[in-house]
Amino acid sequence: MSETAATRSGFDIRMQRQIVVALVRYGMFIALAIWLVAMSVASEYFLTTTNLLNVLRQAAPLIIIGVGMTFVMATAGIDLSVGSIVALISVLAGSWLALGVPPLLVIPLLIVVGGLLGAFNGWVVTLGVPAFVVTLAGLTSYRGLAFVYSDGYATPIRDPVFAWIGRGDLFGINAPFLIAVVVAVLGWFLLNRTRFGLHALATGGREEAARVMGLAINRIKIMVYALTGALAALGGVVISARLSNGSPNAGVMLELEVIAATVLGGTSLFGGRATIAGTVAGALLINFVRNGLNLLGVNPYWVQVVTGIILVVAVLMNTVLNRKVESWARASTEEERT
Amino acid sequence: MSGNLIEMRGISKAFGAVTALRDIDLTVPKAGVVGLVGDNAAGKSTLMKVLAGAIQADRGEILIDGAPATYTHPIGAREAGIEMIYQDFALVPDLTVAQNIFLGRELMRRVGGVRVLDRRAMNARARELFAALGLRVPSVTLPVQALSGGQQQAVAIARATGFEARLVIMDEPTANLGAPAIAKVRETIGRLKGSGVSVVIISHRLEDIFEVGDSIVVMKQGRVVGERDVADTEDAEIVEMIVTGRDPRGVRAA
Repeated sequence: MSETAATRSGFDIRMQRQIVVALVRYGMFIALAIWLVAMSVASEYFLTTTNLLNVLRQAAPLIIIGVGMTFVMATAGIDLSVGSIVALISVLAGSWLALGVPPLLVIPLLIVVGGLLGAFNGWVVTLGVPAFVVTLAGLTSYRGLAFVYSDGYATPIRDPVFAWIGRGDLFGINAPFLIAVVVAVLGWFLLNRTRFGLHALATGGREEAARVMGLAINRIKIMVYALTGALAALGGVVISARLSNGSPNAGVMLELEVIAATVLGGTSLFGGRATIAGTVAGALLINFVRNGLNLLGVNPYWVQVVTGIILVVAVLMNTVLNRKVESWARASTEEERT
Repeated sequence: MSGNLIEMRGISKAFGAVTALRDIDLTVPKAGVVGLVGDNAAGKSTLMKVLAGAIQADRGEILIDGAPATYTHPIGAREAGIEMIYQDFALVPDLTVAQNIFLGRELMRRVGGVRVLDRRAMNARARELFAALGLRVPSVTLPVQALSGGQQQAVAIARATGFEARLVIMDEPTANLGAPAIAKVRETIGRLKGSGVSVVIISHRLEDIFEVGDSIVVMKQGRVVGERDVADTEDAEIVEMIVTGRDPRGVRAA
């Protein structure tokens, strides 16, 4: 095997291409890693177990609900109602626990309620109303219901079992993040290894093709919204337990953060492409950026500005740049084959 | 009687106020190649989508081997051996070649009682399929959007012909294709016919149908104008039927 100059430079070019492709494809993970390293240097408080676990706990609701949003976006949908579902669930949790309903009954009931609200969203979507409009209506009306039900008052939650969900820990890791990990792993499995995940991607990738191939598109849509509703309820349980409070003001603007995390991770708003790992990375990045800037004493309002800038850059990478680089990579692999 | 694979009887379909199909009868013989021609909006594609289960007819019945078909869904049609290659290929661009081929009839395996996609088996089967059909794609694990138009059609053909099809419907199979791809399509039709599969070709290009077809059915405005054996007609007569919507011989071939 003599190595000529030509094959050597060909090899180098291929290496370079692979590096560029990897940089763009895994940009979000790289950005997260760089941020973690940079913040570790910049702040002595950043790289402490307490701080890291605290950020993971803050990120947990975003990850939990983001997993559902990833499925909705896989079908080319969107769910703006998740923050309001969190509020309604929070109010119901406070009320039911105050009535003395056992927490181990309250939690599954709340998840069922969230699933039903989501299924209702999905059903209206299958009637032909754009998901944006359906869930925008959900955003206003579900929170409206939360205010009506609670009369605008927050109810303290004192039940220790329920509170453990938000405040407890296991093996030194807090319960919210453990729940988020379990949800993310199950979500990854569902999206990448089951027929349901594949059909969700096919529906979002090209609905007409999915339809003529006989996929149960309406059922898939109802199921992804139901899943997201159920996960929003779980997120609502975590948030309420953490704050020990059943409040109609829980989860304000949360839907936008969830959508930002999902899109940051590389899931396409136009359907057909979705990644759970990306959503987790997006949720972590948003929270670590907020945490890092807080530790540096930056005016908290800047956090929102920075998050916005990251979002635009990430989407630019995921759409325009990614498409170019992927087709470039493909062209080079095809060259090799011929 | 080994004659007809498919008999469609009295098929009617309206979309709102627009009547797309009016009382259509159509038969497809076993191992026969039927060309379905007609102007735009003649109802050719709608009729074939009814046969493929993608559209439900308002009235009429479909017989397969003389027995009434009961499917109301593309999967039912595919299980009955009726496959359709759509004009736009009906592929999902983000999914891989193998995922597209098995879409809706995925191979599954059980892991600890949970049914999961058997991706390795599907990729292997897809490779075998392409090898057996003599079709070429760069890789069955590439997303379909990375393929050229001709390669995408190869995927659509592989999907339609790889599962013991009895009837393959092709909607404008030669539109927007270069000469080598058109030759490939004709070769595929010949191969299907040779192995006893019936084919319906919807095409604007009469030359394709005269080249590979056995008979021609002319439609206009949701009705069947007339039918001819390819050996018994010529280009000009078919064109006249397409344009006027009348059968110059006055009677419809039985």
